[in-house]
Amino acid sequence: MSAEHVVEVEGLITRFGTVEVHRGLSLRLRRGEILGVVGGSGTGKSVLMRTILGLKRPDAGRIVLFGEEVTDRPAGTRGLLEQRIGVLFQDGALFSSLTVLENVLVPIREFHPDLDDDLARCLARLKIAIAGLQEDAAGKYPSELSGGMRKRAGLARALALDPEVLFLDEPTAGLDPITAGAFDELVRTLAKALRLTVFLITHDLDTLYRVCDRVAVLGEGKVLIVGTLEEVEAHPNPWIQRYFLGPRGRAAARARMA
Amino acid sequence: MSHRSESPPPALLREGDRIALIGSWTLERAARIRAEIERMPRPSESPLRLSLERLERMDSAGAILLAELASRLGLDPRHPPLEGGDPALVHWLQHMLAACKPIAEAPRLPGRDPATWLLAHVGRATLAILRHARELLGFFGLTVITLLRVLVRPSRLRLTPIAHHIEQVGIDAVPLVGLLSFLVGAVIAFLGATVLKEFAAEVYTVELVSFSFLREFGVLLAAILLAGRTASAFTAQIGAMKSHEEIDAMRVLGLDPVELLVIPRLLALVLVLPMLAFLAALAGIVGGAIVAVMSLEMSPALFVVRFWDTLELRHVWVGLIKAPVFALIIAVIGCLQGFKVTGSAESVGERTTSSVVQAIFLVILFDALFAVFFMEIGM
Ligand SMILES: Nc1ncnc2c1ncn2[C@@H]1O[C@H](COP(=O)(O)OP(=O)(O)OP(=O)(O)O)[C@@H](O)[C@H]1O
Ligand SMILES: [Mg+2]
Repeated sequence: MSAEHVVEVEGLITRFGTVEVHRGLSLRLRRGEILGVVGGSGTGKSVLMRTILGLKRPDAGRIVLFGEEVTDRPAGTRGLLEQRIGVLFQDGALFSSLTVLENVLVPIREFHPDLDDDLARCLARLKIAIAGLQEDAAGKYPSELSGGMRKRAGLARALALDPEVLFLDEPTAGLDPITAGAFDELVRTLAKALRLTVFLITHDLDTLYRVCDRVAVLGEGKVLIVGTLEEVEAHPNPWIQRYFLGPRGRAAARARMA
Repeated sequence: MSHRSESPPPALLREGDRIALIGSWTLERAARIRAEIERMPRPSESPLRLSLERLERMDSAGAILLAELASRLGLDPRHPPLEGGDPALVHWLQHMLAACKPIAEAPRLPGRDPATWLLAHVGRATLAILRHARELLGFFGLTVITLLRVLVRPSRLRLTPIAHHIEQVGIDAVPLVGLLSFLVGAVIAFLGATVLKEFAAEVYTVELVSFSFLREFGVLLAAILLAGRTASAFTAQIGAMKSHEEIDAMRVLGLDPVELLVIPRLLALVLVLPMLAFLAALAGIVGGAIVAVMSLEMSPALFVVRFWDTLELRHVWVGLIKAPVFALIIAVIGCLQGFKVTGSAESVGERTTSSVVQAIFLVILFDALFAVFFMEIGM
């Protein structure tokens, strides 16, 4: 238990009916790092994130956030801890009946109900600008935005309360490579400038090479290996070999070298 | 920025040409910081610098307030002259300030004069009604053309969905329509009996119930119930498909959504509503008969005899001829509103509401027009 690790998962077991998704999974997220989480489809990446966030109850094991045990405290009962975490769900998960600005205002108003209106709006606009959206996007509804803009709006909402940890589920899925590249760049710059710790689920090898400090590979209900890209590439597991040393992996690695 | 334990209150301290930011400048303390900023004197001649030496913590609200302070002091809010402070914090702060807009600049809604507002509102509402009417007529035309095309080549008629909708729209609605008409029939008979007794003309209760149900209430009750129950269902079904881009998928596959989605619903409703209207009329008359027999001491046989004596076939026709028209209104409005759903889930709700409101409104409007028309031609 230390200031070193902001998220600690130990011996996690989760099941859906008789299907065991995690069989004693352990993972630690160090303060200030960007941890990429990869693994084949269905290896339980999203379920791991939901479990850490308290949206799914673990069947066994421990979850510790900022040194506080939260295993038995589902989302919504974690009080101040909740303000220290920002989440970007896969499609942004914006509230469709609210404009972008109102979406970003939701957490601000929820946790600071007596904040002056003009300051709250100014704060929300700042977040929208930081997330790389034009000013006129603030008044638009989610259905009027493109996929990439929705992701940015979701990011602005996730950043509303200056979280220390950011959870991102496949932030670049469904984006064109250029938009995805710009989003990767944004995540990296923001994470470093705002001193964020990031838990980043992705299938995108480019994201992995461009953004992440360390990578955790999920498989067989456990973390197969966690380490720097070089360490992970050297792991003998056949899935990892195919993933990183296949043509796409090589191309992404080359792109980073250049 | 990292730990959120208790920290000293925020403050501002003037030291010669420096202004020191003290304590933690965070969202929770925003009100206090603003008060401090208000108390700072306006810019002096000597250039000022902002010292971060004694700043404990700062979050993005703090950064906004720092920009506010800078502009109050006549400094550039985006690049104020900073001094001291943790390099990481300064780096972060510069990032924030670059994206920051002054608080006052946040656009506000222009103040509105109530009279102009009312006028503008009325104007907008009028235009909206005209636009809706145009859309409705356009969609009606499209539906009719598609229907004719399908009828010319009956092989294109899809029987399975029609049967499915007949079940959903018609058979499942039988208990509701029957029960409600029965109750309304009973109420009308009771009212009639009470009033007619004054004139010792209770026996006319029979005509009251049979005329009103055969001509008006049978079909009207059935249509209003289906406008609530079926128009909304059509809107929700088609709207959900629209928001999942299923309609677009149909179009690119070369399928005609009007033919596939509207025509089966329309035909099912046109087939079913006359039957439901007839059923509603029967149920209403039975309800009326039971009240008449119980409260008027009229024998059941007398009711039946008088009913047959006064019955004229034209009343039945006047009632039933309206049913397909109402069916058309309900189906066209329900489907059109479904197609008007846009991406969001809220829009499905909005469209469903307006489909029910419009369908009921038009059903009653057309019923009134029919009543005038039949009166004029003496039916
Ligand atoms: N609500 C649920 N009910 C039942 N099983 C579920 C549920 N959610 C997830 N699962 C199962 O848990 C397993 C892990 O799912 P998860 O969504 O975490 O995969 P993932 O690693 O995120 O995959 P992908 O990369 O495709 O997103 C899958 O086998 C899935 O079928
Ligand atoms: Mg997933």
